[in-house]
Parts: sequence; structure tokens; C-alpha cells
Amino acid sequence: MDHIKRLEAQSIYILREAYRKFGKLGMLWSIGKDSTVLLWLAKKAFFGHCPFPFIHVDTSYQIPEMIAFRDKTAEEYKFDLIVHKNEEALKKGMGPEKGRLVCCKALKTEGLSQVTEKYGFEGLILGIRRDEEGSRSKERVFSIRNRDSEWDYTNQPPELWDQFNTDFPKGYHIRIHPILHWDEIDIWEYIKRENIPLVDLYFAKNGRRYRSLGCAPCTGTFESTATTIQEIIDELKNTKESERSGRAQDQEDSYAMQKLRKDGYM
Amino acid sequence: MKKTREVLRIVVVGHVDHGKSTVIGRLLCDTKSLPDGAVEKVKRISKESGKPFEFAYLLDAFEEEQKQGITIDTTQLQFKTDKRDYVIIDAPGHKEFLKNMVSGAASAEAALLIVDAEEGIQEQSKRHGYILSLLGIEKINVVVSKMDLIDYSEEKFNTIKKDIKEFFSSLDMSVSEFIPVSGFLGENIAAKSDKMPWYKGGSVLDALDKFETEKGLYDKELRLPIQDVYKFDNRRIITGRIESGSLKAGDEILIAPTNKVTRVKTIEHWSELDKTDRAYAGMSIGITLEDEFFNKRGEIICHKTNLPLIGDILDVNLFWLGKETLNKSKKYKLKLLTQEVECEVLAISKIIDASNLETIENRDVIKTNDVAEVSIKTSHKICFDTFSQNPNTGRFVLVDGYTVAGGGIVKGIKEKQKAFSRFMKDGTKMSVSCFEDYFYMVGEGTIKLAANNVRDYDVGEVIAIKGETYSYPENFNIIDLHSGYAAKVRGAELKDIIEIDTLEFDYFPSVNVKGAYIKLYSQKDLDDFKQDYEAMDTGDHNKLAEFANKWLVFVRYRTIKYR
Repeated sequence: MDHIKRLEAQSIYILREAYRKFGKLGMLWSIGKDSTVLLWLAKKAFFGHCPFPFIHVDTSYQIPEMIAFRDKTAEEYKFDLIVHKNEEALKKGMGPEKGRLVCCKALKTEGLSQVTEKYGFEGLILGIRRDEEGSRSKERVFSIRNRDSEWDYTNQPPELWDQFNTDFPKGYHIRIHPILHWDEIDIWEYIKRENIPLVDLYFAKNGRRYRSLGCAPCTGTFESTATTIQEIIDELKNTKESERSGRAQDQEDSYAMQKLRKDGYM
Repeated sequence: MKKTREVLRIVVVGHVDHGKSTVIGRLLCDTKSLPDGAVEKVKRISKESGKPFEFAYLLDAFEEEQKQGITIDTTQLQFKTDKRDYVIIDAPGHKEFLKNMVSGAASAEAALLIVDAEEGIQEQSKRHGYILSLLGIEKINVVVSKMDLIDYSEEKFNTIKKDIKEFFSSLDMSVSEFIPVSGFLGENIAAKSDKMPWYKGGSVLDALDKFETEKGLYDKELRLPIQDVYKFDNRRIITGRIESGSLKAGDEILIAPTNKVTRVKTIEHWSELDKTDRAYAGMSIGITLEDEFFNKRGEIICHKTNLPLIGDILDVNLFWLGKETLNKSKKYKLKLLTQEVECEVLAISKIIDASNLETIENRDVIKTNDVAEVSIKTSHKICFDTFSQNPNTGRFVLVDGYTVAGGGIVKGIKEKQKAFSRFMKDGTKMSVSCFEDYFYMVGEGTIKLAANNVRDYDVGEVIAIKGETYSYPENFNIIDLHSGYAAKVRGAELKDIIEIDTLEFDYFPSVNVKGAYIKLYSQKDLDDFKQDYEAMDTGDHNKLAEFANKWLVFVRYRTIKYR
């Protein structure tokens, strides 16, 4: 078995554990490459079926192409899609001009918290990866969140030999991270091998492309000529730029992601 | 076609402040594995906090870690050499975060133990070394760090090397290479240093490349634990990950522990890319079977010729990371493969202080960060292999409340033996089961016996006369007609064990070994009771029942609880 196949098998194992252990289970789909790979892995794990809903926390600021791709894919794959907006915050005019971290917290963290509570999710599957940034590198595959969705990162239980922490007090929920052990290039190698449909924002147009997708006001493109998956892989192998360097919220503070994620950010 | 590169996962362990994060930071930096932003970010943080630049900040991403200069939780980072890709796991050295060290190390195939050249081998170096042996990690390199602080002294290096060698050989383990380095200055990290001409070996990187990756799991016996059974459409798909061995369509298989035998009909797939009729260790698969039994999670699919062990008493090596102590009377959840079962610790044979490998005497509870040899009793039989036979199927975790609190490896299985408490006086041993609990199993409508509270009592010891389902008086006798002994309990203490012929009626209430009250009101009753027993054919169940109904009252000191 090669490296990519091994990663895939591990992710499928995790997805099946999650499905087995949690009655109320949902998967977050941000429409980006990672959670789209996750979607594909779920199709594999459950032999073409999607036995839980997919959740999109819609900030209303996403790049328009993402929303078009979302609706098209949901139609094609025929899965349950829950789209949730923090309407209350949006009504009050929440936006990045109020402060990037304030906006992320309101529209994404709180939005996610609201949808978790509304549907009573016990398990949320997320497509984060260890190599994305520091606080994610310290995550567990099964990671507990308290009633306020907070992450007690200084006191994580041990996780060994794929025996995950699947027990939790009532009102808490577990975040499940099936692709935590993949890196950015693994994701692209897999997309190539499996021929997974993807939003075309990742491919260069007029000499620029996106590397990581988020809200339009806070996500930047960078100079690139990569128009195919192979070209993207070759480009990534030679870059020293970090994956999330185009994500403005990360640069707000040295510990921005840690602070956001402690409160329940994805 | 380009061949996919090999990946080796390495954990870096060692005592707090011995320089683990610095060595890793240097390794990443010198192999050019860091994104541009990373070093800038660390420089910015150093400036903000007014501290000198530290490589450790690259890994210690949490604010608390950087401000306190310690690693709290494990981090995973990657770098590449010409030979292969590495995932490097930084494990905390602080004792308080041992559980995080174990989490990091459990997923690794090889280890680097970092030892400070000035301080030499310390408490956590030894504890980590011992845990590596329990986790079954055999590929170990020792990196002696901060050589710049001892002027690259060969003599001091050799002393440390000797100490470490001795420690590991007491664990039956060996170290592949000893490498003197300076992480701060980058000596012997990615390239061979010229500061230590006396050292003939290679750099840390050279030593890592020498490790060979494991390929053994394919050749072992088939173990496919059932993870789940799906019926999304007209197929009944049994899913699981092959832990060892291989499987193909048409294979005759046996499902343990129920021993149902059938054949594999198909190996299922969703994407055409995955179509196959053969599957190997490591693959997460779904199969259909020729005979559709009632299969469930936890059962293990194997080939008929090579079966796992099945039993309910396991001898194990255990490490305990829970906040609470591990107690013998308490119930825990044991998870082994996809099996989950209630269990308790039956006996603690040895508690080891992992920092010096000395046995801790006179302690009946296992504390946080202890390592111990114990026997575990599971509520029903489970399937497993010994760890030495098959690492993947010979290890387990224990769950205390909501969290995984310990783990261990199976050394062997205890032959079926009934566990009794025993009263002991000189050479005399009297087995009693009056401390066992009876439960009415609501789901089954049957009464079941739970063998708890098993221990030995010497004369003079206080006896637990009150339990969940029994409450004996402070003064009473226990009469065992079968063995011919009687025990006297006075003031809740085991006073004496005597031969039954010397027992005289003394007005204290009596029970039999199972805790049932015996209707004895005079010396004559006692004589009749003994005589009735002697005259009876004890193989005849009707006679036994008649005898019991005449003499015994089960519920005088006992009750039966619902469960």
C-alpha cells in the first residue's frame, strides 16, 4: 500500500468510527479542497451513500463562485445540505470592517455554534489538517468541545492506537478530524488520482490563483501560472510560502488562530 | 510512473529542557522544510516578548508554550530527505504532560531520545524510554544535545552513552546510534560536524535514514475486526480495517469468538478505481459473506487455521495517565480493536517507578504516570493476540468515565480459573465467595454472579463485611462443610481459621462460604447440619436443593440488586 492509499484508509476508518459512535452527526463542508476531499472520502466509506447531513456555515461574504459550486455539487451528489447563516449578526451589519477576528467569531464560530445547537449535533466532522497552522497541529482526531463549543487545548486526553475518545458528557460535542494527518500536497495528489471535481478558483486565471478559500474580503490570490492539478503540485513542491498566507484573519495576531479555535472556530 | 515515497513517523522524546524542540526546529530549518512565514513569525514573537530567537517556538505554537518555554502538547511536522519523507512528532518532556507524550509516541515507528550533555540521563529520559518499550517502539536513536556546553567532550559523551546503554539493556532494548549534537548551533544535525573529530558516526539525518520501515504486517495471520455492518441498499456490507494479514474473495473465514464459518463473497467498492478481489493489512474494506449470520461490531474475522486467543482474564503491562488513581474495585471500559467491554483490575502484581525501574512496594492503587503489571478481568470474553505475537491486536486502552486514561499491551492469557477471596492462616487457605455480588439482569431475566472484591485476608486483617449486595454482622462464623474449615470473624476482623470438628456452637450467627445464613440455634443444630451433609450424595442436585432449603436462608445478610 502506498502513502496516499494509507492516508485514505485511515480517514475512512475514522469516518466509520464517527458514524458508528454518534447518532447526531454532521459534516462541515466549506466548499474548499479539503472538505471536498472529505466529501469524497465519505462517499467511499459508505459505498456511495451519505448517511449524515453536510453543513455549510454561510457568512454571506464567500467568493460567489464557491456558492455556485456548492449548489451544483449538492444537486449532483444528492446529499442533505444544511446552509446556516448567523442572521442576527448579519442584520446588525457584521462584516470584516468591524475587525477581522470579531467578524470570524460572529459569522463562523457563532454560526457553527448555532447550527450545532439547533440540530443537536453530537459529532461534527471537519476537514482541518495538522500542517495548516500551529494550533491545528496540536489537535486530536476526536476532540471534545464543551457546551459553549470551547476547546480546552491545555488538557487534551491521550489518543493512542486509533482508540478515540468517543464518550462525552451530555451537551458536549466531539469534533472529528479525519484528514488531520494529510498535508497540502497529499490533498492535491489525491484529487488528481481520484479525479475529484473542485471549484475552479484554485486554478490560475490571468496569472493569479487562490491557494486557500474563505470569505472574499479576507482571502487573497497569489501569482501563479498553475492551471492543472499537476502544475499546482509542482508549484507547491517548490514554494516556501505558507498555505494560509492569503488568509487575512491569521495575520491579525500571533495567536489569532489559537484564540479563534479555543472558542470553537473550525 | 513515479513511485510514491516512503514515510517514516518519528517521535522525539526526552526530559524537559533537554532540547527536543530545538533539535527538531534545527532539523526543519536545515532541511529547508519551513514555509517562509514560519521563521518570520517566530522572529516577530521573539521581538514582541523580548526574548532571543528560539527554534523551539516553531513547534510550540500555543501562546502558553512560548511564554513559558515548554511544550504542552505534541506537534507533527514533516521534512524530506533524499531517501524518504518524515513525519516528526514533538512530544512534551514535562512530567505533567506525559499523556501527550504517549499520544505522540503511540503513532510513531521510531524514536529519537534527546539527552542533555550537561545533565545526562534524567527521570523523564528513563520514563520515556520505558514507555517506548511498552509501546513496542524498537527503533531508537539517542541524541546527546548541547554538546557545545561541554566543549564537545568525548569523555563526557562516553559516560552518558554508558549510562543510557545500561538503562536500555535492563529493559531488553537496544539503541541503534548515539549522536553528539548541538541543536542551537546545528552541529551534527543535518550535516556531519567538524567540531567532534573523535566521533566517527553520521549526523542525526544520516542515522534516521538508516532505519528500515516495517513490512511485517502483511505476512502475519489475518485479523479483520468488524467495525460496522451497513445495509444502505440490498447489500449487507461488513466493514473494518485489516490489522494484519490479507484476504481475498472466496476465502473460507471464521468469525471469532462465535466460531461461525463462511466464505467471503465479494470485496465491495464505490469508485471503479478501488475494484479488487484482494485486500491487505492497513486497508479499510467492506465485504459481503456467503452466509448472512447476525454479525456485529467487535467480532474478528480470521482464517480458520490461525485463531486469536479468547479469554476474560488478561495479563498485561499497563501505563496509567488518568487524573484519578486506578483502583481494583472500580469498573473501567476496555477497548481492544473494535471490542468494548467492562473490566476491572483483578490483581496488581507489580507497580514500577518508570524513572528508576524500581518496584514500588505496599501499594494497592496505581497512580498517575505509574507503570504496572496487572491482571485484568473483562465482563465477557474477548479476542486478542499477545503483543509479541501481533502488536496491532495485542494492545488496548482503558476508559475512565469519559476519557481514555491508560493503555497497555497484552502479555498473556490466564487459563480459566475461578477467582475467590481467600482466608489464610499459616499454611491453611480457605476459599470464600461471600464477597461476591448477585444481580438480577433486567435484560435477560436471570440472576448473575459477579466475582468482585477478590483478595486474600490474613488472620488479624479487617474484612469488608459490607458490600453492594451484602452486609454481614461484625461477629459471625463462616462454615465450609466442603473443605472442613470454619472461619471466625470478630469485630469485623478475621480472628481465626479452625478445623470444623473443633468448632463449637457459640451463639454467633453463621453463614456458608457463599454468604447464606445457616439456621443454627444450638449445638444440636450444628451437629445435625454436619451430619446431614455427610450423609448426602453431593452430586445429586435435588438432594442439595433439599438440604439448602432446610438449612439456609439466602437473603438474611444478602440481597439481589437489579442491573
